[in-house]
Amino acid sequence: MTNTAISVDRLNVSFGDSHVVKDLSFTVGQGESYGLVGESGSGKSTVLRVLSGLNREWSGNVAIAGAVQPKVRDKAFYRNVQMVFQDPYGSLHPKKTVDDTLAEPLAIHGIRDAEARIGKALSDVGLPASFRFRYPHQLSGGQRQRVAIARALVLEPSILLLDEPTSALDVSIQAEVLNLLAALRQERKLTYILVSHDLAVVGHMCERLLVMQFGRAVEEMTVETLSAREPQTAYAQQLLTASAGFRRTG
Amino acid sequence: MQTSADKTNQPLLDIANLKVDFHTPTGIVQAVRGLSFTLGRERLGIVGESGSGKSMTGRAILDLIPHPGVVGADRMMFRGQDLMAMDKRERRKLRGRHISMVMQDPKFSLNPVQTVGSQIAEAYRIHRKAGAREARERSLTMLESVQIREPARVYDLYPHEVSGGMGQRVMIAMMLIAEPEILIADEPTSALDVTVQLQILKILDDLVSERGMGLIFISHDLHLVQSFCDRVIVMYGGKVMETLPAAELADETTRGRRHPYTLGLLNCLPDLDHPREKLPTLNRDPAWLA
Repeated sequence: MTNTAISVDRLNVSFGDSHVVKDLSFTVGQGESYGLVGESGSGKSTVLRVLSGLNREWSGNVAIAGAVQPKVRDKAFYRNVQMVFQDPYGSLHPKKTVDDTLAEPLAIHGIRDAEARIGKALSDVGLPASFRFRYPHQLSGGQRQRVAIARALVLEPSILLLDEPTSALDVSIQAEVLNLLAALRQERKLTYILVSHDLAVVGHMCERLLVMQFGRAVEEMTVETLSAREPQTAYAQQLLTASAGFRRTG
Repeated sequence: MQTSADKTNQPLLDIANLKVDFHTPTGIVQAVRGLSFTLGRERLGIVGESGSGKSMTGRAILDLIPHPGVVGADRMMFRGQDLMAMDKRERRKLRGRHISMVMQDPKFSLNPVQTVGSQIAEAYRIHRKAGAREARERSLTMLESVQIREPARVYDLYPHEVSGGMGQRVMIAMMLIAEPEILIADEPTSALDVTVQLQILKILDDLVSERGMGLIFISHDLHLVQSFCDRVIVMYGGKVMETLPAAELADETTRGRRHPYTLGLLNCLPDLDHPREKLPTLNRDPAWLA
């Protein structure tokens, strides 16, 4: 690991009375892919929302590329950090074409060569140029997720936050999207944080991962520990056993 | 209703050449094209991608295909009774009482303005012609049997007040209270966490082994089906690609006999034990649908 891309120190998040992220600390190196796993309500998506600046109610320290981040981020931050959401059906505006969706971030950041950038973003995610003026309902789930990834990439960020990017997709489409994400990372030296409930997906994509439960970090492990199925904590072990499938007892 | 003689040997469900067509303005869409299978007292898995017709198969058995869908079959028998010859009223009598279905998402399948307990009780009163008090008592027992810890408290909750896992257990309680012979479970656990998922599967598993229920388990999760079901039907584009014992899905030695589609599905799953640089993607052969 060379430089630190993301460092989170004693992060706490509360919504009213419920304390959803408790004293969470971790660091992600530049060009690394880091997994966050846990059950619903473990706070993994909330961590991503804090990192991306969508959630402004938190305490602790968050530093991105060495710079400590305020609660309200500036424009330059969003150019560097982008997020891809879980549901490709819900994260694209139904009345805007692919072209509109991709042009908006460029307009916000005052980038001139929109034409070329949109064309490039589409070809990067493997969509034909003819898809540019389609509406989301004219695309399949996998194609929509590609558009969502293209939207994140059009600003050429260095950090991508991926919130369950393939869990709404069929396995064959999931394979295509995972391959795409892996290839893009290699090509552009991107840093990923991948939230997923699927340990096999995290094992495929990440070098290290953090298991969370009830907002706390339970165990950080490498992918080697994961594939050897030798976690240190009982909860991580339980999660691993549960993902292995159904077992009849007695 | 049925002759008791060959009750045990007779399959619960015997379907031959099931077809579901949707007559749309732009032409006929064939959702299911000639599906045949029999169901005994077992766990039968149906796997396939979205659009493979697996949910439509479940709905066709229950006569729940919406307009403009048309169901056709050479044979569709439930314990010796011909489902195709029945009128709407008779089919309705079977539905819920003898064959029932658990839908994928409890959020959309429960009535939001009625307490979950009263919805379970309603199912019992309709199918068993029972009184209000008996229905309430039965519902509480049922909630308990799907591992809900405080049935009396949960009984009076509204659907938005229960978690996803609890909502799914409520759905299962509602579907099982009339003690159906066949349960069709359409992705019953895909919205749930792995640990809750295993609890729900345990409940379904017990029902098959203890009560001799027939279970049709519709899923896109190959790992789950392989570990949970007895037999598996692999569907693609409304057709059966192959039917195989579930254990063979994981069996490397039988790979030579597998249909290329089944192999394709298995290959594109990331696997902790066999890490690969790049996942193979699925090549679909138009000849499979010929």
